[in-house]
Amino acid sequence: MSTRGKRLYLEDLTVSFDGFKALNKLNLYVDPGELLCIIGPNGAGKTTMMDVITGKTRADTGSAFFGDAIDLLKLTEPEIVAVGIGRKFQKPTVFEELTVFENLELASAGNRSFFNTLRARITPQQRKRIDEVLDITGLGDHQASLAKILSHGQKQWLEIGMLLMQNPELLLVDEPVAGMTPHEIERTSELLLSLEGEHSIVVVEHDMSFVRSIARRVVVLHEGSVLAEGDMEKVQNDARVKEVYLGV
Amino acid sequence: MPGLLQRDRGGRWFLGILAAVAIFVPILNLAVPAGSALHLSDYGIGLIGKYLCYGLLALSIDLIWGYCGILSLGHGAFFALGGYAMGMYLMREIGPRGVYGDPILPDFMVFLNWKSLPWFWHGFNHLAFAALMVMVVPGLLGLVFGWFAFRSRVTGVYFSIITQALTYALMLAFFRNDMGFGGNNGFTDFKDILGFDLHSDRTHVSLLVITAVILAAAYLVCRWIVESRAGRVIRAIRDAESRTRFLGYSVESYKLWLFVFSCVLAGIAGSLYVPQIGIINPSEFDPIGSIEAVIWVAVGGRGTLYGAVAGAVLVNYAKTYFTGALPEIWLYALGLLFVLVTRFLPDGIIGAWELHRKRRALPDSPEPAHVEGEEGVIVKK
Repeated sequence: MSTRGKRLYLEDLTVSFDGFKALNKLNLYVDPGELLCIIGPNGAGKTTMMDVITGKTRADTGSAFFGDAIDLLKLTEPEIVAVGIGRKFQKPTVFEELTVFENLELASAGNRSFFNTLRARITPQQRKRIDEVLDITGLGDHQASLAKILSHGQKQWLEIGMLLMQNPELLLVDEPVAGMTPHEIERTSELLLSLEGEHSIVVVEHDMSFVRSIARRVVVLHEGSVLAEGDMEKVQNDARVKEVYLGV
Repeated sequence: MPGLLQRDRGGRWFLGILAAVAIFVPILNLAVPAGSALHLSDYGIGLIGKYLCYGLLALSIDLIWGYCGILSLGHGAFFALGGYAMGMYLMREIGPRGVYGDPILPDFMVFLNWKSLPWFWHGFNHLAFAALMVMVVPGLLGLVFGWFAFRSRVTGVYFSIITQALTYALMLAFFRNDMGFGGNNGFTDFKDILGFDLHSDRTHVSLLVITAVILAAAYLVCRWIVESRAGRVIRAIRDAESRTRFLGYSVESYKLWLFVFSCVLAGIAGSLYVPQIGIINPSEFDPIGSIEAVIWVAVGGRGTLYGAVAGAVLVNYAKTYFTGALPEIWLYALGLLFVLVTRFLPDGIIGAWELHRKRRALPDSPEPAHVEGEEGVIVKK
């Protein structure tokens, strides 16, 4: 291992589907508390990379470590959730017939067996965490509303809130601002920036102005491996990036 | 469980009506003289008792269908098994008063030339044992059946179809004489329960009151389940099953335990039904009967618990009326009712009533129900 003290190490990861290399010797590191943006054209391997980290897709070769000791390639999907990796999918799925508060309650940590939840009450710690998350996501005023009446943006924030309930060390966020209004996009960047430092966050996004507004470090994927990385300005001025992605 | 009914307005009404039935029905039957216009006939007692049993069956279906989206089209099987377990006790209780006068063997066994009691008939001479079996047998079948079905992730219409197959298979099995449950004829000609004559008014009235009390208790337990955090997980499973699994909940075990509890309730309903009706035979396993029970729930309004009971009572009252007045049109009427309800009252009678109440309440409410918020439309609670 070339470095230590990172939150996530992906080294020489290769995944192929019927000969097509979705990931091709991908090397990527994420620092603790870092907000990292990943961009790249369609088919660059962004979603496949997320799938490998969360255990949905198996890697052919290479390694994926969470911290210095946890080998993600050996864990199942629920185990990966349990070690502290939360993933937000593109399409928001919240429990529509439950209130915002109840959505967060179900997402909070605790014994999840049927006979336990029959008698479970909200503990003061859970209550406190729900209040914190309501605060972070700005959904405090809507805690008693059914999730189905929330706007698209609010549902996305609620889903991020549900991930935060479990206090994940690494958050994977797939296209968070697709379909949002400009105002919602602005709120989403504030939300993600407020999480920086507390959690490592990896955001995959197409919306360049959004990426520009939140990115410290940007990684450009192309054909399954890293094409360029650095701050937004450096990446934008990279000749190869211009060629494959920005199309200039 | 204090405060359980605090937010449950419909439930308070439901329990109030149930209490009124339990108090006034005995008075109108036993204390009001037979000539009076207010007198409730023994026939009426039988009907109300039957409706309450159906109400309990409907409650058990609503718990899994309305709250967890599990549509069982074979719940009549668990009802019938509970009924058979109670029937076995009532048969043993006949003792030497049967036609053949055998002190141990029920008449049909003597008729089939059996010399001794089959092993599974032992213990049923005690009501307490039978009462236990009323819950254990349907619960165990539900556990085994549900374990295979849910673990294999059988859901939706596929689950409904195999529950139909289950009840149909049991019907065929119970028709066979060598199963040891009276074959075609089932059990009937009961004499007494714990020594109380099953032909007396007082016994009928007492059974009705017991049924009402058990129905009320079952309602409270169901309400407690759906209002608990487990109840919220169950609704989450109904609306987004894989998302719930992704949150770390074992969807299969939630479904399984809820289903087992529902099967136990259905069994209890059947056990209360048999002494009041006086007969149990394999036709109770008829798949059509289970479908009818689902229609009661749909008509009443699923996902409310009391709506299911109301639906069971209303549809069965209509059935009693139509099969008496216009017997040939009942099945058409039932079919039409189901079509009309699903088309015009998707949330059933209770759902339509709630909507009506909300609409009526809107114009005079001081606070507007909709507030245009920054991010869109937000309904103020």
